[in-house]
Amino acid sequence: MIALLIRDLRLAVRAGGGFGLGLSFFLIVTVLVPFGVGPETGLLAKIAPGILWIGALLSCLLSLDRIFALDFEDGSLDLLATAPVPLEGAVLVKAIAHWLTSALPLVVAAPLLGILLSLPAEGFRWVFVSLLLGTPALSVIGTFGAALTVGIKRGGLLLSLLVLPLYVPTLIFGAEVARRGAEGLAVETPLMLLAGISLGALAFLPFAAAAVLRMNLR
Amino acid sequence: MILTANNLSVSRGGVTLLENVSFTLSEGQALIIRGPNGLGKTTLLRTVSGLQPVEEGSVEGEENIAYAGHADGLKATLTVTENLRFWAAIFGTSDIEPALEGFDLIQLRDRLAGNLSAGQKRRLGLARLMVTGRKLWVLDEPTVSLDTASVALFADAVRRHLASGGAALMATHIDLGIPEAEVLDLSQLKVTAPKLSQSDEAFL
Repeated sequence: MIALLIRDLRLAVRAGGGFGLGLSFFLIVTVLVPFGVGPETGLLAKIAPGILWIGALLSCLLSLDRIFALDFEDGSLDLLATAPVPLEGAVLVKAIAHWLTSALPLVVAAPLLGILLSLPAEGFRWVFVSLLLGTPALSVIGTFGAALTVGIKRGGLLLSLLVLPLYVPTLIFGAEVARRGAEGLAVETPLMLLAGISLGALAFLPFAAAAVLRMNLR
Repeated sequence: MILTANNLSVSRGGVTLLENVSFTLSEGQALIIRGPNGLGKTTLLRTVSGLQPVEEGSVEGEENIAYAGHADGLKATLTVTENLRFWAAIFGTSDIEPALEGFDLIQLRDRLAGNLSAGQKRRLGLARLMVTGRKLWVLDEPTVSLDTASVALFADAVRRHLASGGAALMATHIDLGIPEAEVLDLSQLKVTAPKLSQSDEAFL
């Protein structure tokens, strides 16, 4: 299991591994928004938490199809399915690898990019916390979507269509935590719901993803 | 007895391909499966490995199988040793030197797998079998893109594996130079009137 995680991290940072793709997309989105909306700081401050969340969500989406497609093409997935590691565990490790390489950089970069959107001082902490709690759900749900569409050539569009509706609750509560935090309101309720979504997804979806993978490998 | 197949039927894409396949495989034995393209050799091997459901009949015995399909499962941006170490770790072994030696990969150990030739990649893919430490090897056309010298290396590896109490089930079109291997010709077991498989794929 650890070996699989190390391999996936190593593959991500080597040439062509796609590391930094999501991060640069996130950077581009947040840099462009102030140009599009205009330099009025009041308006920017108001929409900053939402923009940061949408940017992070779309950046996560970019790298989802790589989770299983490459392993499927080179036959590793067949071999992993016949290996002594449980497929559920392998799926979870893949989701963790995706989170570490695609989502964690976004979580770290989001507060910095908040400056560009004149995010209120209160908001930095909550943008960071909400993304830290919410992005695991994005990675696990995305892994499930990737398992559903593995084997479909150019399945990226289908994957996005499948996954986006599932991302909506995470986005609603995540952005709500960030917005309330930025405005100095109480954040407990959306924060707990966000954490609940992440924990629920982590507990159930690896099993669902492994089941559909077995079916798709036939 | 390592593996027994009783009246096995296999299907692919909802169409039954082979019926009444029966064979037994014991320790130290190699079984070579022959038959024309499209007969269902790959499907049979995938079924035996547990990658596809059994249509009818049964497969009993060893569940811990080292499967090697058409694709080698290599990562182009990892080196030869990194690729092998990964599979060794997954299968819970650590010694990759005999595998490197057995398939003449010592010289290539620090090369990226992406820079290997097709034959060298295949050799690395087959070397993976040696680090799995599993008793039963299920091989689907293992000698594709290998030259004669490499086929001989492969035959040696299989012979050593058999001598150590292992078994091998192979689909191949060429003569591997393993005279003690038995041959199973599947041509007679082909389903003549293609019938739709009864099992609903989505619910298996």
